Amino acid sequence: MKNFIKAFSLTLAMCVLLGLGYVLVLWAFAKVAGPGNGNAEVVTVDGKVVGAANVGQQFTKDIYFWGRPSCAGAGYDAANSCGSNKGPTNPEYLAEVEARIDTFLVHHPYLERKDVPAEMVTASGSGLDPDITPQSARVQVKRVAAARHLDEDKVATLVEQSIERPLLGLFGPAKVNVLKLNVALDKL
Amino acid sequence: MNTEILGVILQIVLMVGLAWPLGKYIARVYKGEKTCLDFLKPVERWIYKLSGINPDEEMNWKQFLRALLVVNLFWFVWGMVLLVAQGVLPLNPDGNIGQTCHQAFNTCISFMVNCNLQHYSGESGLTYFTQLFVIMLFQFITAATGMAAMAGIMKALAAKTTQTIGNFWRFLTLSTTRILLPLSLIVGMILILEGTPMGFDGKMELTTVEGQTQMVSQGPTAAIVPIKQLGSNGGGYFGVNSSHPLENPTYLTNAVECWSIMIIPMALAFAFGFYLKRKKLGYSIFGVMLFAYLVGVGINMYQEMAGNPRIDDMGIAQDCGSMEGKEVRLGSAAGALWSVSTTVTSNGSVNAMHDSTMPLSGMIEMLNMQINTWFGGVGVGWMNYFTFLIIAVFISGLMVGRTPEFLGHKVEAREMKIASIVALLHPFIILVGTALAAYLFAHAPEFVANEGGWLNNPGYHGLSEMLYEYTSSAANNGSGFEGLGDNT
Repeated sequence: MKNFIKAFSLTLAMCVLLGLGYVLVLWAFAKVAGPGNGNAEVVTVDGKVVGAANVGQQFTKDIYFWGRPSCAGAGYDAANSCGSNKGPTNPEYLAEVEARIDTFLVHHPYLERKDVPAEMVTASGSGLDPDITPQSARVQVKRVAAARHLDEDKVATLVEQSIERPLLGLFGPAKVNVLKLNVALDKL
Repeated sequence: MNTEILGVILQIVLMVGLAWPLGKYIARVYKGEKTCLDFLKPVERWIYKLSGINPDEEMNWKQFLRALLVVNLFWFVWGMVLLVAQGVLPLNPDGNIGQTCHQAFNTCISFMVNCNLQHYSGESGLTYFTQLFVIMLFQFITAATGMAAMAGIMKALAAKTTQTIGNFWRFLTLSTTRILLPLSLIVGMILILEGTPMGFDGKMELTTVEGQTQMVSQGPTAAIVPIKQLGSNGGGYFGVNSSHPLENPTYLTNAVECWSIMIIPMALAFAFGFYLKRKKLGYSIFGVMLFAYLVGVGINMYQEMAGNPRIDDMGIAQDCGSMEGKEVRLGSAAGALWSVSTTVTSNGSVNAMHDSTMPLSGMIEMLNMQINTWFGGVGVGWMNYFTFLIIAVFISGLMVGRTPEFLGHKVEAREMKIASIVALLHPFIILVGTALAAYLFAHAPEFVANEGGWLNNPGYHGLSEMLYEYTSSAANNGSGFEGLGDNT
């Protein structure tokens, strides 16, 4: 019983130290130093929020660059993150990938099969992947430029400018944030 | 050279390089020697005073164990009450409802034993209040309990006596204030700077560029992620754990989080050597563990970076490796490193979906959890290694024909019985559990269908999913081949 009282009061003390102290320090730090002041960082166009910078969103129109396939809810549902959890040899899954390749080729008739990047036909872990690889952006340039009646070189330059280098130029993959790229595209 | 491989090398160098000084520091903390964080003494004195703890009181192992069990029992009750009542408690801006008793029981046990198998999704199954005062609190104190238990064992081995093994409450408090809390603060701040949310607003509603409505879950994420990683807990804030772009927004946060998985388990191997003043023993234990760890990392990196051969057969460009269930900003190499780190340490967090990793990577992940000793969870995981050491010492003692001894303690029939039971219990639970699940699947399909059908993939891979789930539970890991229908 003595132990039980100790356990209870120790738990309360820890609640104060961790649940209040530690949490409030981080909360205050985020208010001051966090990019979104404690909330998710946002991207705005003319003062209007169009998306969270780090959270992917659905792009289906031909005038935009597309992100990766998503299994979160109906697609990019940021309240319901989810991966496909399909095993690598699952026949149903492989058929799905085949179908995605065909769809991708229909929208990009100028591409050969061997040019289709695998990450554009496989689902991300969170279903909210905000990025694509530079190569995945490059293969979409022709489609986007045609849909917008823009000069292909201009769009290609924008893609090159949007590439985020690896950490310190050395560590990890290079990537392109789809939302930021599309927002920049709208401004062209 | 490939920047993804360089990134992995950087992470491993940071782990090993910083584990040594941290191990030295941890040994000093438990010995009660002077350290650079002694300014925290008033905080500890306040905790002792409030809880009526006399930190100088020495306990024998029975008192130590009793205190440990009672405090765990109490936490169980605490968690049950709060989880069931969370719907009416404050800090619930999204209006999530309380968990059912059945689910609260699973959540409670799972977090209490530091397993963190989650049969709910963080966004909808918990409120901010329970995230902080059940999940985060448990993640701190259960990790601290494991470390306190290890501190007790180290003290017993060093003193060559089992009369008294130190004060459980003191070890518990010191583990929290001197080790887990400062590290969590540093990691938390790095995450915040990189864009992890840390606030109490509800879901953010916004209209996307194409005009759809998107609800973005957020909340006090940056407080929970550090301790989830450092305490080998692994229970993510969001459903998809550290593959979520808010929980793990950049390659830097990924490196820091992956480092956090390994740092304390690695440091404890060194701390053991320093505490017992047997540095060489500490180094050789560390070396054995590191070797096994690196073999796993090598295999998984090769598997994941080479990509899925079935997709290669489709004739498309698979330059980035197997990307199903992985994120572009992290890449396949970092996913492979994490998948090994999280399974050797009984952590269980993920940054890529293990169900979608290559078959041989999945095998390494399961093997790691089945051996469950390469570094192991904070404190407790390490004890598994200890039982294997005892068995090895005994067998080699028999071979050379002298009485086996380890650290000045005789290893005899009684010690061997205990060690064998501990070593055999683990495969026993895994095999019986999987066999039962497989039997039900084959012979009682209606029952399985009633439970929502629990496999996501057919054939061999389905059996692997079941084996993985039981391995993960028994090894206190809590990661899943998540395809298994995730609702108890």
